[in-house]
Amino acid sequence: MNLASIFKRGSRGLRLPENKHHTEKPIEVLPLPQKVIVPLQQNIGSHCVATVKKGDKVLTGQIIGNSDDFVSATVHATVSGELSAVTTTLHPAMGHIITSLVITSDGKDEWVKLDVPYDPKRLSAEEILEKLKDAGVVGMGGATFPTRVKLLPPPGKNIDTLILNGCECEPFITADHRVMLEYGEPVLYGLRVMDKVLQPDEVYIAIEDNKPDAVEHMQNLVASIPFAANFKVVSLPSKYPTGAEKTLIKILLDREVPIGGLPMDVGVVVHNVATAKAIHDTVFEGKPLIERVVTVTGAVNNPKNLLVRIGTPIRDLIDFCGGVKDGANEVILGGPMMGVSQPDLDFPVTKGTSCVLVKESKIIHEQGCISCGNCVEVCPMGLMPTMLAKYSKAGLYEDCQDYYIGNCFECGCCTYVCPANIPLVQYIKVAKKEISRRRARS
Amino acid sequence: MTSDSKLLASPGPHLWKNQSTSRIMYLVVIALLFPTASGIYFFGLRAITVIAVSVVAAVATEYVCKRLRKKPFVMDWSAVITGLLLALVLPATLDLWMVAVGSIFSIAIVKEAFGGLGHNIFNPALGGRAFLAASFSVKMTTWVEPMGFSADAVTTATPLGSSFVWAGEKLALYRDIFLGNTGGSLGETSALAILIGGIMLLALRIINWRIPTFYIGTVALLALAVGQDPVIYMFSGGLMIGAFFMATDYVTSPITGWGRIIFAVGCGVLTVIIRYYGGLPEGVAYSILFMNALSPLIDRYVRTRPYGKVKKAKE
Repeated sequence: MNLASIFKRGSRGLRLPENKHHTEKPIEVLPLPQKVIVPLQQNIGSHCVATVKKGDKVLTGQIIGNSDDFVSATVHATVSGELSAVTTTLHPAMGHIITSLVITSDGKDEWVKLDVPYDPKRLSAEEILEKLKDAGVVGMGGATFPTRVKLLPPPGKNIDTLILNGCECEPFITADHRVMLEYGEPVLYGLRVMDKVLQPDEVYIAIEDNKPDAVEHMQNLVASIPFAANFKVVSLPSKYPTGAEKTLIKILLDREVPIGGLPMDVGVVVHNVATAKAIHDTVFEGKPLIERVVTVTGAVNNPKNLLVRIGTPIRDLIDFCGGVKDGANEVILGGPMMGVSQPDLDFPVTKGTSCVLVKESKIIHEQGCISCGNCVEVCPMGLMPTMLAKYSKAGLYEDCQDYYIGNCFECGCCTYVCPANIPLVQYIKVAKKEISRRRARS
Repeated sequence: MTSDSKLLASPGPHLWKNQSTSRIMYLVVIALLFPTASGIYFFGLRAITVIAVSVVAAVATEYVCKRLRKKPFVMDWSAVITGLLLALVLPATLDLWMVAVGSIFSIAIVKEAFGGLGHNIFNPALGGRAFLAASFSVKMTTWVEPMGFSADAVTTATPLGSSFVWAGEKLALYRDIFLGNTGGSLGETSALAILIGGIMLLALRIINWRIPTFYIGTVALLALAVGQDPVIYMFSGGLMIGAFFMATDYVTSPITGWGRIIFAVGCGVLTVIIRYYGGLPEGVAYSILFMNALSPLIDRYVRTRPYGKVKKAKE
């Protein structure tokens, strides 16, 4: 990486107050919840079909939802017990209605028989991909794109670079940081699996320089594990949103993913460190993805990093962290920049939940745009957010497309800097939704 | 928060920079206090009354307009900026009722009639100045020597005027126009005071460097090209205050980096054309007003390059 690229587009972004110090402490295991609520869609792509019915006994790790679609991810029981209800909830990020299976725990945590490979190192690429599908592994950085699909580039797409993303650029979140420090070795084994499947020329481990201990730890591990010798650990300037796939590719490799395209269009695949850990667990231990590390922080009495079963209601996490502080009135799944406010505490942790952030919030009133241009200056995707918001407000969605609205990945930088408190990202989301709705209709 | 208590669900992001429109406006007012102070130093009590009349008239007009339009009046300091800026670009000897008329025109016609802050096409203070210049052309071009709080006003010419003569040393002239000890509008004579305020706004990242740099740079280069003294062109007249405080007005200038450069170069070219070829000694106000009118057009055609665009064209 060269110094000049830091100043070029793709490295615009922001220096944000990090607030990561609240949870710079070891991961604790959350006691088994009494019940889990497992959504049948926790990934980008298809909604699964339940393979069990109400009243069935299930074991931890048992498949409870499946789909034959290519872009889908299997869902598992995350505790043992009885399937007590089938409910519908809103998708935490996308807001559409999804079905969830509620499992009442029997407290025994009896596992299904795990299919641990006799010699994981001998598995072929196809066998590995099949295992990842059955294990329901998805991108755990938040986008929840099925990992198998990302590791299976269509013919003709040559992948020359694999990036392990340990940037974690959102303020407050420390889950990936802890994963690198505490599960560094499994993460590297997971990366080794991806390396084997994709066979790129270069493998990078990208970490922001606000985590010097993680950088050092990964460097030491890479130096001491023979198969990791060609992995390059790079420390990047801490600047939001460096950890977003497209900006990371620009900063690290000075390549731009074409508008509407995927990283594989420029020969790159990016995976999150927590995903690498999940790949390790699947391939070497036979475990499906049923738990993840979640940072619980903000206005809670005792912020922590927790290892949590998927489906645990966020109320359990907050209670384990000593409850909320007085005045707190907003709970966000994800970080403060891209996270989504939740209507209640019954919402479960899903595969993409890296953080539960509790906040004291005020209602902020939007004022008129004064055309200061701050949003334009800060946008990492080179967009003009104020124009997109104006056209969205006016219902002129075709004009939004002229201004490349599809390029926006909703990082929130524009809204952060707006002096008039205009919820620019919200207007952009509305326009995007309307555009895709119209496209689906026509 | 208990299980029953209502949660707030707000759109993301859930983090904001400590910045608001009124804070920006407030800081601009603070920065304007430097040229204001120089105006008071050079033109004394007269300057204070002109400033007071202009600011009070501006805020009062804003209040009345908001009431008439049935919109809430918010003290966001933008009317104070307009009143203050207008006062700073008027001759200190202008009749006070004329000052009030200019200030009322700025707010009522140039700003509120177009929809208020954020919707006006022209810079309100400059619109008011242009209105006064057209209405009271003699009074608006009668300049006095800086007299401080003491002596009577003695009329003089500005260094840009055709009748201006300078017998002394060139360096002494440069010093006088840089410090502000020369004829001219109330707050625009002291390049130094304006620079201090302007640099403060640059340091606070309230204004962008592009507009002042390209505006002043263009004027200096073109002054050289037409055989004029670039130092006098840069530091006398309204260029400094125009480049730092008026052309940089967010609402009436383009939003993209390149758009701002085009805007600033346009202002510079027009300023030199008016000053050198035109019948008026000063062209800053009209140049900026003209480019204000072009600014929506610039924003329409000068856009940013979105991430990932070039690569796609290659495929």
